[in-house]
Amino acid sequence: MSGETNSYEIVRRDPRAEWIARNRLHPLHGTISVGEEAEVRGPSGLIRKNPHKVGFIGPNGIKRIDRLKGNAAAAATGRRSGGAAQEVQLPLHKVENPDFSIFVVPDMVGGRLTSQDKDILGQAHKLARSDDGESAVQGVVVAVVFGELKDDSLDTAGVDRLIHLDGEEYQGYCPEQQLTALVHLDATYNPQNWLFPDSVHGGTDLGSRLAARLGERPAVQAWQVDKKTTVCRGASGSTDISRPTPRILLLAEECADPIDETRHEVQPIELGSVPRVISRMQDMGQVSVDPNAIPLAEAEFILSAGNGIHNWDQFHEAAEALGATEGASRVAVDDGFMPRFRQVGATGTWVTARVYIAVGISGAIQHMQGIGQCDKVIAINTDAGCDMVKRAALSAIGDSEEILAELLKLAREHKAGQSEGGDQNAA
Amino acid sequence: MPLNIVSLVSVGRHPQSGRERRAEQDGRAVELGMNLEASQSASMTVLHAGRSVEPVLRNYAGMGLPSLEVLELSEQDDAVPSLAQYLKASDADIVLTGVRAESGESSGMVPYLLAEELGWPLVPRIADIVSINNGVAEILLALPRGQRRSLSVPLPFVASVDNAAPAPRQSAYGPGMRASIDASQVTAVTDSAREQWQEAPAKPRPKRLKVVKAKTAADRFKAATAKPQGKAGKVMKNESAQEQAQEIFNLLLEEKVIK
Repeated sequence: MSGETNSYEIVRRDPRAEWIARNRLHPLHGTISVGEEAEVRGPSGLIRKNPHKVGFIGPNGIKRIDRLKGNAAAAATGRRSGGAAQEVQLPLHKVENPDFSIFVVPDMVGGRLTSQDKDILGQAHKLARSDDGESAVQGVVVAVVFGELKDDSLDTAGVDRLIHLDGEEYQGYCPEQQLTALVHLDATYNPQNWLFPDSVHGGTDLGSRLAARLGERPAVQAWQVDKKTTVCRGASGSTDISRPTPRILLLAEECADPIDETRHEVQPIELGSVPRVISRMQDMGQVSVDPNAIPLAEAEFILSAGNGIHNWDQFHEAAEALGATEGASRVAVDDGFMPRFRQVGATGTWVTARVYIAVGISGAIQHMQGIGQCDKVIAINTDAGCDMVKRAALSAIGDSEEILAELLKLAREHKAGQSEGGDQNAA
Repeated sequence: MPLNIVSLVSVGRHPQSGRERRAEQDGRAVELGMNLEASQSASMTVLHAGRSVEPVLRNYAGMGLPSLEVLELSEQDDAVPSLAQYLKASDADIVLTGVRAESGESSGMVPYLLAEELGWPLVPRIADIVSINNGVAEILLALPRGQRRSLSVPLPFVASVDNAAPAPRQSAYGPGMRASIDASQVTAVTDSAREQWQEAPAKPRPKRLKVVKAKTAADRFKAATAKPQGKAGKVMKNESAQEQAQEIFNLLLEEKVIK
């Protein structure tokens, strides 16, 4: 009986201590450590929460409650913490002894991977992956790059091995030399598949040349590819052709998702000598084109005018000196300063320029839609708070007439210097 | 010796109605050939591999052609062997084609296969043939973004004509009906590989969705509500106009839009 009463724990309350603990003004309040944690088991056995104990005092003396439950570090708090330090290192995908290889020839416009190139690298990895894991065959994705290489994201784009051909014979327009190199690679490595982007930047041309030389029948405009079957568009995009996957594939845009969860080795492969061919086509270089003859939608460099322009003669002069295609906002067109077909924006043309200079355009949402695909936007405006300045990579706040005058001067000096240099070279 | 030009034409397909029509690029190839005929005292043959009763051929003839050559083939036959055989027998200097046919497989391989078969250089996507002197042609290539590249190529060559070439002239009904269509029988090779394929009307391709890979609810919320604008760039407020202009000019040089 007595043993039973001993084991039965009697809760003894100390009303005075409880009273001191409740009364924060009591001189002994600090000595009593009841409820140091936010959650305590109360005398009746229920959990009691002390709201005063939740959270912590922040650096500015204000109480903060962490509702992310310790995930705040992963959430990269705000812009105060350095973004570079928080960058996550993706897991490295290693291929030691590949059973086969998939060769990809990206376009590399301006030495950088295009979005289509990245999609095609993703497709290459889909083909290289061993299916179902039952047979442990693993492929390696090899990228063949001609000429200049500026991209430093090849590892995250999914390049396992890299063959970089950068001799002087690969400068300029040289499809015959490139074809010779590809045929040489085909004979040396015998890849399972050749993947090319089906694009106007040269991928289609090179892929078709290789297919004709090797006597393979390529799949063109392929958009759904697995190891067995390929679906490609035929009859100018109006039919789907399902066929067994061929060795050479010319892939459409968005054929697969790009690689985004792994890092790859980018191991350079050294190549012995590639035979050189005497090109029958002689490259005479790019021809200067009248920038205003280029359709606005595909112009590379646009100088666009808005309500902030007052000296229109100067604007036209500047566009000519810089070699830019002229564009305009809706206001400039409505006021009759520019023709309707020069209008950029939702009701005008959706442009794809690489560099877009907006002079005196504050940036209505319709205009911003029209320049959504532009790479680098430069704003010249008097208002530092306008939307165009927020979008721009570089903004100059000031009078557009003065800045254009200075730009005009610089462009003319540059041109004069170039023609002098050209004369010296000729001499 | 007068120049011999062969333009290859095919049956086009209107992108909206799906009706048969004069193909855009093939029409441009014929137009380019006719312009050369006028300026270089060349002679042009317009060649079609397919059925000679095709009414679309009259649309090509209506551009002002006295006659058309047809290699009689059925729908299932491979056009390339017959074309190569014809071109080997002829003394053609320039073969003009479109970049890609608007019907059939439309792989764009015909000019490449012909060039490989004949051993001639292939010039892809030309915008114009500027001049032909002493057996060397000066050609303008159409590059993306309206740019042009100049090439010199020795005759003979195969060229595919881009949409940037001059638009074809209007086709007239009467002359088209009056033109003679000379069909010749050739040994047909059936395209056996294609018989295994399945063709269906094109399915619309799924649009790629923007997938947000966020770990926490706060991140997902931010991704869903944040304005899509990127981080603000460099703003020059207090610099003089000259400094601002210099900075802009440096960026233009760096992006290589100013040559």
